Parts: sequence; structure tokens; C-alpha cells
Amino acid sequence: MLRGVGERPLAATGATILLLWACIALAAPWIAPYDPLALDFSGAINHAPSAKHWLGTDSLGRDLLSRIIFGARTLFAVVPLAVGSAFVVGIALGAIAAYSGGLIDQVVSRASDVMLAFPALIIYVILLTSLGPSLINIVIAVTLAYAPGVGRLARGQVLAIKELDYVKAAQARGDHPLSIIVFEILPNARGPLVVDLSLRAGYTVILTGTLGFLGLGLPPPTPDWGAMVVENTQLLSSHWHMAVVPCLAIVSVVVACNFLADGLRD
Amino acid sequence: MSTNAAAAVQIEGLTIAYQAAGGSTLAVRGLSLRVERGETFGLVGESGCGKSTAALALLGYLAPGAHRIAGAVRLQGEDILQASPERLRALRGPGVAMVHQDPVGALNPVLTLGEQLLETLRCHRPQGYAGMRAELLQMLGRVALPEPASFLARYPHQASGGQLQRIAIAMALLARPRVLVLDEPTTGLDVTVEAEVAQLVADLARDFDMAVIYISHNLGLIRRVCGRIGVMYAGELVEQGLAATVFGAPAHPYTMALLACLPHIAPGQPPARLATIAGRVPKLDKEPDGCSYAPRCAFVRDQVCVHSGAIVMAPVAAEHAARCARLGMLHQAAPDHSAVAVDRTVGALRLSLQSVWKRYATAGGLLARLGRQGALATPAAAEVSFDVRAGEIVALVGESGSGKSTLARLVAGLEQVTSGQVLVDAVDVGGLRPRQRSDQQLAAVQLVFQNPDRTLNPSHRVGRILARALRRGGRIDERSMRDRVSALLSQVQLPPETATQWPHALSGGQRQRVAIARALAGKPQLVLADEPVSALDVSVQGAIINLLLDVRDNTGAAILFISHDLALVHAIADRVVVLRRGKVMEAGSRAAVFAPPYHPYTRTLLAAAGAAKDVSHVLEPAPPGLPPGGCLHVDQCRQRIGPICWQQAPPEREVVPGHRITCHRATAELMDVP
Repeated sequence: MLRGVGERPLAATGATILLLWACIALAAPWIAPYDPLALDFSGAINHAPSAKHWLGTDSLGRDLLSRIIFGARTLFAVVPLAVGSAFVVGIALGAIAAYSGGLIDQVVSRASDVMLAFPALIIYVILLTSLGPSLINIVIAVTLAYAPGVGRLARGQVLAIKELDYVKAAQARGDHPLSIIVFEILPNARGPLVVDLSLRAGYTVILTGTLGFLGLGLPPPTPDWGAMVVENTQLLSSHWHMAVVPCLAIVSVVVACNFLADGLRD
Repeated sequence: MSTNAAAAVQIEGLTIAYQAAGGSTLAVRGLSLRVERGETFGLVGESGCGKSTAALALLGYLAPGAHRIAGAVRLQGEDILQASPERLRALRGPGVAMVHQDPVGALNPVLTLGEQLLETLRCHRPQGYAGMRAELLQMLGRVALPEPASFLARYPHQASGGQLQRIAIAMALLARPRVLVLDEPTTGLDVTVEAEVAQLVADLARDFDMAVIYISHNLGLIRRVCGRIGVMYAGELVEQGLAATVFGAPAHPYTMALLACLPHIAPGQPPARLATIAGRVPKLDKEPDGCSYAPRCAFVRDQVCVHSGAIVMAPVAAEHAARCARLGMLHQAAPDHSAVAVDRTVGALRLSLQSVWKRYATAGGLLARLGRQGALATPAAAEVSFDVRAGEIVALVGESGSGKSTLARLVAGLEQVTSGQVLVDAVDVGGLRPRQRSDQQLAAVQLVFQNPDRTLNPSHRVGRILARALRRGGRIDERSMRDRVSALLSQVQLPPETATQWPHALSGGQRQRVAIARALAGKPQLVLADEPVSALDVSVQGAIINLLLDVRDNTGAAILFISHDLALVHAIADRVVVLRRGKVMEAGSRAAVFAPPYHPYTRTLLAAAGAAKDVSHVLEPAPPGLPPGGCLHVDQCRQRIGPICWQQAPPEREVVPGHRITCHRATAELMDVP
């Protein structure tokens, strides 16, 4: 599937954008002009873009460009971990439920239904207020929120593939069920799951912003695009760049994820 | 052939090419044919010959990526490929209608059959509701659907494949088309249903005065249904003429070879190897210099056949033409069927089924189960007993729903018996799942599946597929694994380089060979072949069958061969078991089953294959108020005696030692019909 990325301009565009941000995140300490956490009480507050601060500063005097660059770091710390964890758990549950059938399938499916009945936001609020906001707790919350949906998708795929002849051949050989699930079935279930992964990555980026707004995100000084958008929205009429720039950054990542998903779908 | 009146269908020099990433492929090359009203023209060819592309072109449809390079498709003189969208809408239906291969795919699953049929009428010949309904019922009766009124309210999933195909035909006919195109309409249907639908089409062509184009790869069926036929190869017609002439005295080497590949049921003929045509249909990107069939031709002479420019259709006789550079100079050699050695010693008992029953739990919730009051659903297998010995080929014959695939799964362990014994080398494994069986027991029985497209994991290369199968035999290191894989591949006559290929790059026949190699990895003593060649072209079938025979000869394995194709079974089986709805109707040696006395169901199957005469009999429905029980074939049986057939299960009689028939009728009554 990865081979096809080069041939499809849409997927290639998406992949390029994400790769670009990944490089920026990696190189952050070297390319950011200022320390993102450095407060400047000398009065360089809410400055518009200038030669000294290319994207301006925020209400605490911090350089916006540096915060954007370091924000990419935060993004790449949270999102892949959260989504990856959700997918591992979701696929495991869905595949095992579908392959076993019977009681196990019923129990897992009903539990998933219960989780899906909760609006995602409620799950986050409940978990993060009780456990406290931190990276690991966000990962746990995202896993709990996404795994049922991913599990459903995986379950549907596995149910269909399970009936195919090559799986029956493996069963007739006496192969271990886990071996069959991992080696025979899952490689052929990739398609919709990879697409879902790209899409959910995009949602998670937006999610971090929402959490920041609710005060449930990563602790305040951490540069986080979503939090930046939210805390600067009230200044839109006077200093629009402070909200719009992080917004554009989020948009670019989400759109890149969607392009990638679209391109990989075929 | 009148040339002044425009023919119903006239294709003139049609050339269609597909544009793909790798280049362009010529799908149809210079196709020219002519069909008059009231005629049935059969277009015959194997996969990749371009007949489906031609069929769709008849409706003015070119698949995405296809474009016409030359030629025209004229319906009553008008070129449909040039028609504007409005004109196309007017033409499709009353001008030309199509019946597709898969009726389930052609019908909308969320609309009732009545609604869909009405849609056709409303579109082309709208009238008042009462009038339309009356016409619908009349048409459904015309396509021999029993109780037409009940079908109008049903959904597609509530009708069988044969019934759906009849409805699809009815839908096409409602528009009163001048031309009817049928693209493999009976593939996937049972043999008996196939014969009925084909006959129906022949009758309708005559009665409705339509030009009918019947596309199929089933030569036997075409021979019975069509007046004239055309044989396609690599996008062009290589032979054309009256069906009787083309089949009786084929002029083109491809037609000759194709007919030679067809197994026939000829009484008294010993089991023999099947003929094949080596090689693959070429994918042409430009017109070949010389004959397109030359690489595979048995009669090729380089001077006239290769590098000789385009070869044209030349007349052989009246109403018979062929495209061969060496017409009239071919002496058809007698087919070389090397007879299979008949004096093999039949060995030890490998498999024995004894009174095997398999019932599935009734679907539906608790209430449904309570409501049925203990009456169980029809069992998938009912008291099945037969033996398979080493070196023997036992054929399980039956149509869909006969339980033959269930039996294969029971033997392999993918299902467990409800009662009865499955003895593999004298050990009962009927209740054991594969994980519960010993490695030895697992290795003893291996399965080969039907569909070559689904039988190999598309994410694994061939080498990995075979390695996974070999690994069950214990830890094997890298180097000897490669050697073992190559050895397996050579056992199925594939080159060692195949190990690095992906399944989608292989042809159907090659995939099936890999599937057989995978089965051989465990050195099985019993190979369960579940319809191994049903999805393959006739020219390739023989190679796979011969391969199975080689496996039997070289390793002494027994083969349980499941099929619905009686001709194939006649060609290679030693013993035959005929199944109907899970019960053994007749079992015996090949000679005994294929000769009278026949069980009534066997007779029907043989009649559908053209090898016996069936009793013509109007089937009355069951008398009401009968308790369940009785013969499982009774509703379709043409030799019913009377109420006893409905009420009492028939006894199993031994006609001669080794030949059993399960029927109420006495043996003498089951001999040939007058």
C-alpha cells in the first residue's frame, strides 16, 4: 500500500506535509528563534508580526513562531501515542471478538456499545478530572474513547475475512488462532483501518485543542496549538494573527491526514 | 442471408482497447457478426477472450478506460456506440436488453421483486396498475415461475438463484426487446436449473422473435441451445457457423482443442487423463503479426502462421468460416487419452464415514425455537456412510445444498459431527477440532478449495504460503525451507521462481496448483478436493485434474473429489456417491452408477448432462397435512410412486454388492425408461 503513495498526488501531498511537520518537530530546539516558554515582560506583548518576532507575540510576550514550532513537538508526542494505543487495543478486541464468536463476541460488543453510548467529551471530562491531566492520562482517555469504534471496524473486517478459504486452510492445518489472526487475517484487513487511523489522527489534533479549552489538556505553559487558539480567540478583532496562525497549523495537519486517508483508501 | 433488410444485430469490425497504467490492451479485435431476429447466436470463449466486452458494447456501454478504436455496433442499422444519451435511454430496453451473470447482483435487495418488475414496465410501456400487474403475472408464468403472484411480494433474498435468474429474464423481456444479450446467465446455477433456463431462453427467442446472443464458456449448453455459434479467442472470432457444423466438424485448431478438452460421458469408456491446452491467452497491445493462436497451436507451421500478416476469416463450407492459415490442411489426430491404469491395487481403508449426521442449530431466537416444537431443520448430512481407500478416487456428486461441502469440512475438522463416526485410519476424529487432532491426523487429511481467487492469502508471497504450510511439520531452517518449497512447486509443475510471486500475479490455474502444493506440504494420505476446477476454464481444468491423478499415482494418496460436473466425474472417478439434501441417494462404482438402474435423482442429473433420458412428468405439489418425513428428493422426483414417498423414508437397497440405491421403487423399475 505504501508503494502507491508515490503515485497518488493527493496522498503524496498529505504525506509530505506531515513529514514536514515531523521534521520541524524534531529540529525544534535548533530552529526556534526563542524559548517558547520565555516570558517577556519588557512590554513586547501582543505585538503584530515584525522583524524581531516573525509571527508576533502573545499576551505574555512569548514568541508565537517558537510556540508554533514547539507545538508541533507536543502534537507528535501526544497524537501518535494516543491513536496508536487506541488502535492496538481496538484491533485486538475487535479481532478476538470476531474470531471467537459466541459469548466472547457478545460480551465485547455489548461493552463497546456501552462505551460508544457516551459522548466522547464526557469520557474525557470524567477521566481527566478524576485522574488529572497529563500525557499518559490523555492517552488512556483517547484509547477508551476510540477503541470501541476501531474495534467495530476491525470486527467487521475480520468477520468477512474469517470465512475465506485461505483462513480455513490455516485452521484445517491446526494453526494457533492467534497466529491465524495476526498473520493470515489482519494483513488483509489493513485497508479501512489505515484510513481510519489517518482520520482519527486528525480528530485527535483537534481534540487536544478542545481539552486545552476545558483546562484538561497538558499543563498551561506547554505550547499547544489548540490551547493557543482558544486562549487568543477573544483577541480576534484586535490581534487576529494570534488565533489564526495556530488555527492554520491545525488545519494543515488535519487536511494532510485526510489527504493521506483519501489517497490510501484506493 | 438477406443483405437488404438491416439485421437485428450487426457488429462490423469492432475494435475496443483498454487503457491502463501499463499500456493499452486490445480486448476486442475486428469482431464482425450478424444475428437476425428469431435466431440464437452463441458466443463462446474462455476468460480473457473479450466476449464480455463485446456483450457490453452491444448495449452501447464501454467500461471506464475502454474506448472504441474502430468498427460499429448496429442495431437495426443504427450504431449504438454513437448514440446520444437520450437515444441510448430509448434504445436500452425496447431495442436491446441484457441479462447478467449474477442475478443477485442485478436485483435491488431492498425492493420487492414486484416493484422492480413494475419499474421496467413503467419506464417503457406504462399503463394502468391493473394492466401492468396482469402483464407481469403473465410474463412470470411465461418464464415458468411457479405461483407467480407470490413472487411479486417477495424480496430477492427470498428466492433461489434459478428463480432470480428467471425474474431477471422476465424483466428484460417486459420491455419487448428486439435484441436480448445474455452474459453467462447460468454460471453458478445448479446443473438441472441450468438446463431448464437454457431451454427457456431458446423457446423465448422463437416465441418473441428476438435476436438472442448467448455468451458462455459452457460448450455443452451452447450446443443444445444455439443455432449458430462463434468462437472467440484473444478478442477475435476464430470460427463461426451453424452449431451442429462447428461442433461436429470444427475447422479451427482452437475449437478442436477446446472440444477435445471437454469430458464426455461415453458408456464403457475407461477413466482417462484429460486433454488440456498449454499456455495462456495472450494479452495483446497491438495486432499480432500472424495468427494469435500460433504459440499454442498443435498444427502451427512457422512459414504460414507466424509473421504472415493478418489472417482473415475464410469459408470452410456453407454457413461455416474459420480464421486459419492452414484451413483444410489439418488432419485431426485422434485424441491422446492415455488411459489411467485400471489394474491398480486398491489399498488400505483411509477414510470411513459411518452414519454421519450433521445438524445446524435452528436460526432465529428463542421464540422461533419454541414455536417449532422440536421439529428440527433439515440436516446438512443425514446418515451418510461411505469408504475411501488408498489409491482410490471417490467422487461426491450433488448440487447446491446437497451437503457435499459440509462433509468435506467434517472430515477436515472444520465442523464437528452431530452423531456418527468419521474414521481416519481407524481413529474417530469426527468430534475433534483441528487443534485437538494430532499432527499425524492433521497431516493425513488436506483440503483443496474451489475458488482460486480466495484460496491463497493475497498478502503473502507464494513462498511464504508454502512455508507456513511446511512449518507445521516442525522447525525447518531457512535453507532447507527454500529447498522444500522448490520441491513442492516442482511437484505441481511450477517453476521455482513462482515462490517469489504474489498470488494476484498468477493465473487461476497456477493459483490452484499452489493450493494443491500447499495441501501436499503435509504429505497427506487423503486429499479432499472441493470442486477444485469449477472456477477454471475448460482448457485449464484438464491440467489440474491430471495433476491430481499424478499425485494419486506418485504418492498413493486417496482423493475425495467433490463436484457437480458429472462428465468430469465420469472421466476420473473410481467410485461415485450421489448426494441429495444431505442424504446418499446412490453409491457404487463408476460403471454401476453411470449405467441403469438409476436412482431417479441420478437420472435427472444425467439427463441434464445429456447422458440419459429423463422421465417427463408433471410435478404435482405435496398433498396437504403430511407430517415431515419421507424421501428427501420427493418434491422433485419424477418417478414418485404415491403417498409412501412423502410419508416414509425409503430403504437403502443393495442392487449388487457395492452398489446401493435409496428408493422405494424396486430395482427393476429403475432401469431404462422406454
